[in-house]
Amino acid sequence: MTTADPADLSVESVVAKESVASSAHKALTSPWASIAAVLIALLWTIPTIGLLITSFRPESDITSSGWWTIFTNPGFTLDNYDQVLNGPTALSTYFVNSIVITIPAVLIPLSIATMAAYAFAWMKFPGRDFLFVAVFALQIVPIQVTMIPLLSLYVDLGLTGSEAPGGGYYTIWLSHSIFALPLAIYLLHNFMSQIPGELIESARVDGAGHVQIFSRIMLPLMAPAIAAFGIFQFLWVWNDLLVALVFGGGSPDVSPLTARLAELSGTRGQDWFLLSAGAFVSLIVPLIVFLSLQRYFVRGLLAGSVKG
Amino acid sequence: MSTGEKFVQMFIAIGLFFGVVAVILLLTQRLRSRRGELIQSAAFVLPAVLLICVGLLYPAISTVYQSFRNAAGNEFIGLDNYQKIFTDSALIRVLLNTAVWVVVVPLASTAIGLIYAVLIDRARFEKFAKALIFLPMAISLVGASIIWKFVYDYRQTSDDQIGVANAFLKALGFDTYRFLLTEPWNTIFLIVIMIWVQAGFAMTILSASIKAIPDDIVEAARLDGAGGMQLFRQITIPSIRPSLIVVLTTISITTLKAFDIVRTTTGGNFDTSVLAYEFYVQSFRSFDQGLGAALAVLIFVLVMPIVIYNVRQMRKLEAR
Repeated sequence: MTTADPADLSVESVVAKESVASSAHKALTSPWASIAAVLIALLWTIPTIGLLITSFRPESDITSSGWWTIFTNPGFTLDNYDQVLNGPTALSTYFVNSIVITIPAVLIPLSIATMAAYAFAWMKFPGRDFLFVAVFALQIVPIQVTMIPLLSLYVDLGLTGSEAPGGGYYTIWLSHSIFALPLAIYLLHNFMSQIPGELIESARVDGAGHVQIFSRIMLPLMAPAIAAFGIFQFLWVWNDLLVALVFGGGSPDVSPLTARLAELSGTRGQDWFLLSAGAFVSLIVPLIVFLSLQRYFVRGLLAGSVKG
Repeated sequence: MSTGEKFVQMFIAIGLFFGVVAVILLLTQRLRSRRGELIQSAAFVLPAVLLICVGLLYPAISTVYQSFRNAAGNEFIGLDNYQKIFTDSALIRVLLNTAVWVVVVPLASTAIGLIYAVLIDRARFEKFAKALIFLPMAISLVGASIIWKFVYDYRQTSDDQIGVANAFLKALGFDTYRFLLTEPWNTIFLIVIMIWVQAGFAMTILSASIKAIPDDIVEAARLDGAGGMQLFRQITIPSIRPSLIVVLTTISITTLKAFDIVRTTTGGNFDTSVLAYEFYVQSFRSFDQGLGAALAVLIFVLVMPIVIYNVRQMRKLEAR
């Protein structure tokens, strides 16, 4: 520590007698610190609140006055939501698409990754370590690098277009599954290898095979980790735009909400009664997930933040 | 397709997948011999390995190969695509914008996240205050872009404003401003959206690592006469250095690959395009396969050292 002059020291030594918590609290209650914190909090919430309020205002009000005048000029309507869901923008269709895309795109990679992670952690086979390092290393491939060849592969296999099996959904499901695998395998492997080896050994001695150990012992023990990654993958897929645009090709049959919203923002950029309600239709699911599963959510997001 | 048909397709896909997995597991379950173990391992590992080879490894190699070929992909043209990226004036603009994004977003988000984490540490409403900042992480970049487009909405100064930003300018007596159209500052206003999204991530990780600093270290420093600012610079910052690096690198990777904000707000017009968006345009709008591939490879090359560094830092962090 730098040396302080004697006068300072006497003041500081008095302060030092207080606990760290209370001195931290003291620093906090200094008015400037509080003002700064409140300012940041406001900056981070006002944009969202503004659009949320706007989505409930009549169209004529939205275009003629700011949302903050709602207190002096109250007006409330659900018309925007009705229009955006059932009108020509047909967001209800895209909402269904988002759900149909997301559920398999979470379940399939999670199952494959859990099995592979188990094998890498607890099974013995030649080339295991090399394969694991290779899978791990492939995390660095950005999805952009894979897109054009993958798309032509899908075309060759006849998976694209509305006549294809699954109406063209397989391209999106497969792509999300592939992109999720390296990170999912790596993270789940980390969790699995922490489980004590004696547990596995004693089960083996009792005559359990790998399949039983995997399904009866591993899956229940791994449930929290699987849930955390599942939530991360869910939000990744739900919020994705790039994969949806490239492999969905803008078709109303398979495009998710994000693709439709991005399109609306371009073609009807000034129709705030549509855009505001539309944005919240797409935000409501992640917000519910966030508010109800915050603990898992934060854990999953932190673990998955390095996804390529 | 009707809604019903879509759900039927979804259940078919899920059913098919789990059916196959269940059959494989049941078939290999009874195998106990040495060879049986091998077959079992293959059943567990091969689905993942095959998907990764076909979906990541082969496409990545193919893209590198395509990047040396022309727009239609039928002729070898050497390094021409790369030369174009670094000489074409529009593409140089894209590179410069990308550089600004990758420098400003991580630094600003981390700084704001850190300041906020320190300010609200052990405050009474800490959980709630954190949730407010973290919330933007949960929503899509498309949603975030629409939220901010509305903030930036432009009307003439004499008209009633509906965008908060311009209403604020007008209230202060300034002219209203075209935030998304006026070059070169519009790039900064797009960057603000990304900072808004990423600060929560920085705040969460940094807050956790601030809480992990042992109380006695802080206590000892205080006894040695360290004041608030000194404590922050000489105890807090060094203690959370590894987390700071992870946060900075992670955000720069995310930023380098994000194209949603540019596409939703300006469509890459008004000199706002970035590398990831240009890749999308060249590959899927202009159908210049060679240039698109070269741009993708460039993203790859830029991301690679950061990811490797990031992974090494994270392993260090885990080892502590």
